[in-house]
Amino acid sequence: MSKSKDKKGNGNGAQRSDARSFEIKVGLAEMLKGGVIMDVTTPEQAKIAEDAGAAAVMALERVPADIRKEGGVARMCSIEVIEGIQKVVSIPVMAKVRIGHFSEARVLEALGVDFIDESEVLTPADEAHHVDKHDFRSPFVCGARDLGEALRRIGEGAAMIRTKGEAGSGNIVEAVRHLRQVFGDIRALTVLPSEELPARAKELRAPVDLVRTVAQIGKLPVPNFAAGGIATPADAALCMSLGAEAVFVGSGIFKSDDPESRARAIVRATTHYRDPAEVLAASRGLGGAMPGIELETLAEEQRLASRGW
Amino acid sequence: MTIERVGILAIQGDVAAHRRMLEGLGVQVLDVLCEQDLNAVDALVIPGGESTTIAKGIARLKLHEALRRRISDGMPVLGTCAGAILLASRVENHPVAVLGAMDVTAVRNAYGTQVDSFAAPVDDDAAPGLEDMRCVFIRAPQLTEPGPGVEVLARVDGRAVLMRERNVIAATFHPELTSDPRVHEMLLAMG
Repeated sequence: MSKSKDKKGNGNGAQRSDARSFEIKVGLAEMLKGGVIMDVTTPEQAKIAEDAGAAAVMALERVPADIRKEGGVARMCSIEVIEGIQKVVSIPVMAKVRIGHFSEARVLEALGVDFIDESEVLTPADEAHHVDKHDFRSPFVCGARDLGEALRRIGEGAAMIRTKGEAGSGNIVEAVRHLRQVFGDIRALTVLPSEELPARAKELRAPVDLVRTVAQIGKLPVPNFAAGGIATPADAALCMSLGAEAVFVGSGIFKSDDPESRARAIVRATTHYRDPAEVLAASRGLGGAMPGIELETLAEEQRLASRGW
Repeated sequence: MTIERVGILAIQGDVAAHRRMLEGLGVQVLDVLCEQDLNAVDALVIPGGESTTIAKGIARLKLHEALRRRISDGMPVLGTCAGAILLASRVENHPVAVLGAMDVTAVRNAYGTQVDSFAAPVDDDAAPGLEDMRCVFIRAPQLTEPGPGVEVLARVDGRAVLMRERNVIAATFHPELTSDPRVHEMLLAMG
């Protein structure tokens, strides 16, 4: 991975590393902070997203609201659509793979996709194992509902964590629950004496070295974004205020009445989440948001967030 | 003039990494999101991130003229990656206006997509004080066709990665993602 060669090592480690190194993967996640990553299903939508100020786009065949409605097996996006999107935008292009489907992930890596989302929104391919993400040149983002799940994914090589929320629901309640859970779990760790960390790691079912790191630095070792149910500028501002470092918007934009205006508005509210006057201005004149789902009406097997472990 | 307050253009990008670096160097740091913020700082960092997103934010906030004016009045400014693109005079296939503060052409995503991102040390001909600096490139641009007033301070594999023209420093890499403060110290030394 790195060769020190004849250079005199100077403590900064003047050596080379490539895109497989964790530092380079997390580097791209750092660049996406403060931004909005938008789900798109066509090159035209991708262009709209970029023109609205999206920091990245996520290519998929159907937005979560349609996957929910139409059912069937949801797979990786078609190659033609991803290539079409890569051609028309200059911002990073992400795409989803099914949980555990490392062959889909290898295909996306070969396509030069900038970030791979191993996502519960698609139908899982493996019910016991996630992709071993270390040995890829494309970085991975994974969903999590709590700290243990986040650290299991980071242990497998994820360079970014997002809340799962409840995708395609237009309902922010699950994303809020997951954000509060992750940050609450982190705060609770930071006050534990070090001899209690191994037992806590066991309870969290998380690697003990990562648990020690989080206890020490008081945050995840990778950027922590929000996803799942964001439909309005105020939803985005809420997630940012709760500590998310950027937001993913799935069905919320292209299932609304006026995708262009809504996309711009959510970008604006994400930048200015601390300023209610800006969030107010962003919230005006948007037409209808996507239809929302009351989560009590969803049966357990219809809940996407319970996929993955 | 001593630099006491450094602004970071906080529309989008790795603002937090620059903040950590600058606070570690003992200066006060302010997020810049309007003209009033801009007028309250002695120097400015334009961070890494997505150049189209940041440029659209500058346009929406109507900060373009104010930024150009303060930079041409001599305010020290550092742009990293997306920030370097925004400081350039010319950009290949860029859909939005840039600040034109440095006489170079920026080529976006010049190395490829994220699977081609990398880190590498500067070449042996780096300016004094920058020896062995390790540079992190994330979907990096290249800066080409430097004008006569532009000084190339460091190259990696023969390509210019750190340049200075008067009060403007542009890096195609991300010093803020490492623990090496030399590029930020260079900004603060311009006060």
